[in-house]
Amino acid sequence: MSFATFHPFGADLLTTLVFLPTVGALVLAFFPASSKAGAKAVGLLTSFLTFAVSAKITLGFDPATATPSAFAIDRAWIPRFGIRYQLGVDGLSLALVLLTTVLTVSVLLVSCGQEIEKLRGYVAAFLLLETGMLGSLVALDTLLFYVFWEVMLVPMYFIIGIWGGKRRIYATMKFFLFTMAGSLLMFVAILYAANVHLKATGFQSFSLVDWTRAASSGAWNLTPGAEALLFGAFTLAFLVKVPLWPLHTWLPDAHVEAPTGGSIILAGVLLKLGTYGLLRFAFPLFPRAAARYGPLLAVLALVGIVYGAWVAAAQKDMKKLVAYSSVSHLALVVLGIVAGTGAALSGAVFQMVGHGLTTGLLFLLVGVLYSRRHTREMADFGGIAARVPVTTTLFVVAALGSIGLPGLNGFIGEFLILGGVFQVNVAWAAIAATGMILGAIYLLTLIQKVFWGPETVPANRSLTDINAWELAGAFPLVVLIVLLGVFPRPLLNLVDGSVKTLQRVSAPRAAAVIARPAGKDAFERLEVHELPAPREEIAR
Amino acid sequence: MKQLWLIPVLPLAGFLLNGLVALVASSSRAEKESGADHPLAPLPYAQRLFHGVVGVGSVGLAAVLSFAALVPYVLSSLHAPEGLAPVVQKVYTWMVAGDYSVDVAFRLDALSALMLSFVTFVGTLIHVYSVGYMQKDEGYGRYFSYLNLFMFAMLMLVLADNLPLLFVGWEGVGLCSYLLIGYSYDKDFAAAAGKKAFIANRVGDFGMVLGIFGVFALFGTADFSFVDLARRQALAGGAPLGVYAVCVLLFLGACGKSAQVPLYVWLPDAMAGPTPVSALIHAATMVTAGVYLVARCSALFVLAPDALTLVAWIGAGTAIFAATIGLAQNDIKKVLAYSTVSQLGYMFLACGVGAFSAGIFHVFTHAFFKACLFLGSGSVIMSMHHEQDMRRMGGLAARIPHTFRTMLVATLAIAGIFPLAGFFSKDMILGSAAASGHWALYAVGLFTAGLTAFYMFRLVSMTFFGKARGGDHGHGEHAHESPATMTVPLWILAALSVVAGLVGVPAALGGSDRIGRFLGASVAHPEIHEMSHGLEIGLMLLSLGVAVTGLLWAWRWYGKADGPAEAVSPQAHAFYEKAGALGRLVANKWNVDEGIEVLVLSPFWKIGTFLWRGFDALFIDGIANASAFLVELAGDLLRFFTTGHVRNYALAFTLGVAVFLVYVWVR
Repeated sequence: MSFATFHPFGADLLTTLVFLPTVGALVLAFFPASSKAGAKAVGLLTSFLTFAVSAKITLGFDPATATPSAFAIDRAWIPRFGIRYQLGVDGLSLALVLLTTVLTVSVLLVSCGQEIEKLRGYVAAFLLLETGMLGSLVALDTLLFYVFWEVMLVPMYFIIGIWGGKRRIYATMKFFLFTMAGSLLMFVAILYAANVHLKATGFQSFSLVDWTRAASSGAWNLTPGAEALLFGAFTLAFLVKVPLWPLHTWLPDAHVEAPTGGSIILAGVLLKLGTYGLLRFAFPLFPRAAARYGPLLAVLALVGIVYGAWVAAAQKDMKKLVAYSSVSHLALVVLGIVAGTGAALSGAVFQMVGHGLTTGLLFLLVGVLYSRRHTREMADFGGIAARVPVTTTLFVVAALGSIGLPGLNGFIGEFLILGGVFQVNVAWAAIAATGMILGAIYLLTLIQKVFWGPETVPANRSLTDINAWELAGAFPLVVLIVLLGVFPRPLLNLVDGSVKTLQRVSAPRAAAVIARPAGKDAFERLEVHELPAPREEIAR
Repeated sequence: MKQLWLIPVLPLAGFLLNGLVALVASSSRAEKESGADHPLAPLPYAQRLFHGVVGVGSVGLAAVLSFAALVPYVLSSLHAPEGLAPVVQKVYTWMVAGDYSVDVAFRLDALSALMLSFVTFVGTLIHVYSVGYMQKDEGYGRYFSYLNLFMFAMLMLVLADNLPLLFVGWEGVGLCSYLLIGYSYDKDFAAAAGKKAFIANRVGDFGMVLGIFGVFALFGTADFSFVDLARRQALAGGAPLGVYAVCVLLFLGACGKSAQVPLYVWLPDAMAGPTPVSALIHAATMVTAGVYLVARCSALFVLAPDALTLVAWIGAGTAIFAATIGLAQNDIKKVLAYSTVSQLGYMFLACGVGAFSAGIFHVFTHAFFKACLFLGSGSVIMSMHHEQDMRRMGGLAARIPHTFRTMLVATLAIAGIFPLAGFFSKDMILGSAAASGHWALYAVGLFTAGLTAFYMFRLVSMTFFGKARGGDHGHGEHAHESPATMTVPLWILAALSVVAGLVGVPAALGGSDRIGRFLGASVAHPEIHEMSHGLEIGLMLLSLGVAVTGLLWAWRWYGKADGPAEAVSPQAHAFYEKAGALGRLVANKWNVDEGIEVLVLSPFWKIGTFLWRGFDALFIDGIANASAFLVELAGDLLRFFTTGHVRNYALAFTLGVAVFLVYVWVR
């Protein structure tokens, strides 16, 4: 981007949104390293302002928007290669933007209430991370997206590596290598796709908007093999991030070693960027490959739902348990994406937000206990409910939200995903629904071991309850968990336009799942089948 | 009544008020007593008064509103030959996505009116009773907030106009059950029992959720207008297999909530909760929700006769199975718990033979006499200073006369003695089984009636008759009657145990089966098989005879019990000696819990640990670490060549050139 077109103070809303946290981080550089008050003030102010910008964008957003075209900005960045500074949002990205800005505020509020060494660096890392996340969510140029995607890795690497637990170096290396392996695949795929686009249209472009248009009009004219390769590369990169079984083993280690804020953001937002990538890139760009390999993904997702929950039940460390529960829940989201019906997609997006809130709150509260006792082993607690009544209450609400108790947010996502999957394949829905039972088993076991029962460990007698800063961080999450369960429609409306677009794209996919001729290549038949509309059929 | 939504919302407001105040109070208490040994002290009077007033008041007001709504409805409905159309009030659209659209809407019809009447009535009484029963408890505020939340959920369940909204109440009551069973959360067994209840319910809810999707698939909607579609058989494709599957799935949900075999295991353990909770949730209201669900969807079940047969046999099997266990329990609440399981079995038996209104009628009468029995047992337990073992009781009749008399009435009612409430509802069930030609089911039901009379009168005898066996503490001698907040609800419930059956007096006895005609507007009534009045009266006399036999038998074995505390009666003792292994098996509840532990739970934890330690840590990470190791190895090998000494490089260069030259020369 040339500096002539860059107006830092008259910047458009999305640019402001993305770079405001960076500005905050830069301002922090002028504070002395020991100034905790300065770090807190700058961090909170910046994250609040960023949230305010995201709220302003949401208020000005038309839910009917079908493509990521709202608040769009499109400028040349590296004209020689056709790389552009192109931003824009739709309901899908906006929902996750809001989740990101809310969770960042929460994380920084909590950090004010706990003793954290090198607080200035900690706050700066989270602000830079926020820029990376927001940038990934609003970037429409694939290379720009890739840059933001990689930018996220760096602060996270430091957050785990510096403020992490005992085995933090092992965990950071594992986290970095798993995700880097995925991103490199994606990078190659981006270059390959750009080349395909150039050959097919004669234009050099990395713009997702151009690509989607060309891909959906058939102009790309990919051979099934090439499409499978591209789809595979993108999907693999995103599935590592999700993480889908069997690519998940970096996650529990990363969570266990990460500081509280790191876990909240990791589970709350970073994992969702994996499913976001599937919805934004892999599935719309390569619908035929998605249709062909959807069932394979569904099988992995089903294994992941059961496996993640089952392994969660065996855990003794609270954070590991919640981490494995994420593996299970995110697999359900992937299943919803694969199913591709309107309900399943709405549910998947809803669940992405819902899981960010419930799991974010669970990690926050585990962090509250950890900051006081420096242990996450369930056996080191037990019967602490009378000592920490507020923490207990919040934990139970978060756990019930995660279990999918109707009236709280988790139910809406789970119900819609399962319902949407049911329309496509009853057996998938039945297997996925076992997650309902398993989820209750591991979370209630955790609650029983940590909060109920007799007070067995004397050290817990002087355990103090959640403090005001921590409560301020938890409060928005618990309020949203309840509100979205009772009134889910604002969020469902927000994502409705995006879901309809995705559904159109995935129509052949659903048809392929229902009517795939066994053992034969279904590609030629796909255009013939339309997604059946069960409701209307019944109405007739 | 224009605002049905107010009925559930009032207890919800009560929950929020009570919960918030209790939380703030316990939070400040925890802060003050940090580091102390016993952080729990009794509550100050002002706070207790607040919780009691909010708790009882919110539910009482909801009851008043309910009756204001249902009395006019019921009265005008009785005068309309076909019954009144349901009143449906939509509040807002809950969710819309894809093909699914769910409203928050409430429905008042014959079925929900009947449920509403006893849920709010018994609910209010039990709130009043709790004021006395729980007064010395540190968790008074928490208790009332949970109880209010329960009423909210139960009212949602009863008033919901569609299955997903019903599911809100359905899981909500499950949550409150979990919280209230585990109310004494510092006791391991209570916390474990609460968890067990929630998970067993979740197994059922797994079926329920899939069943709801099935209803959506069959009818395109899950609001209760689908029942009318089912009545007209307006199905998508008319798929009989689909209907059968949906019915079985919904019934799985009902089995979980209503404690039927094999998901009944949670209910006996649920007795860990405070006794008023057992009365309200685990006897009178929540556990009957499964029967309500089946009756609500009766038009659908009628389309799948095989599913109905399943319902009938699961019900009958549960009825007799739980009754046998009830014979040999010594914990007063456990007897009542198994009795509840058994009675719920009766209700499903009724639904299974197509007599849905008879099933609901039994739900209605059971609510009164079983609530009375549980509250009575609470009064007994309180007078015995928290002793629940009947072997240490005895001779209480004179010391706690109100409790004794009311429990005796309720016992006669549940045993089916004419003309108390249980006689009419149980007889309607047995009569329907006989009339529809299910004689095997009839025989099971009849035999179970005898068992019921036996174990109930055994309970009364061991508790109230003979001489006080007060154990080591001699509590029996000092037992004193409970306060009026407890005895007045007992008398009201005892009175209703007498008269509640009069709404369903059969034609054979000169009545007009009002309840059957009233419910006919809401539940399916497959073609009625007429029996001659003579046969009907004959069957009534037979079941009355069986019940009286059971009573007298129990009286003979346990009534004059003045033996030592451990062996209440010589006859019973001798019988168990003779029965040997079978007797021990029955006394040990057929070892079902142990079997589940060995066959299900223990493998579950082991596999989970294996997947974690074996598959995750060794296999997947093994591959990851192996590839990392290979990279490292390659690096080491390369490092061997990267020495940094120019002469090594020069040597390699020279060798390379030499090889190249040789190659060129050879070629």
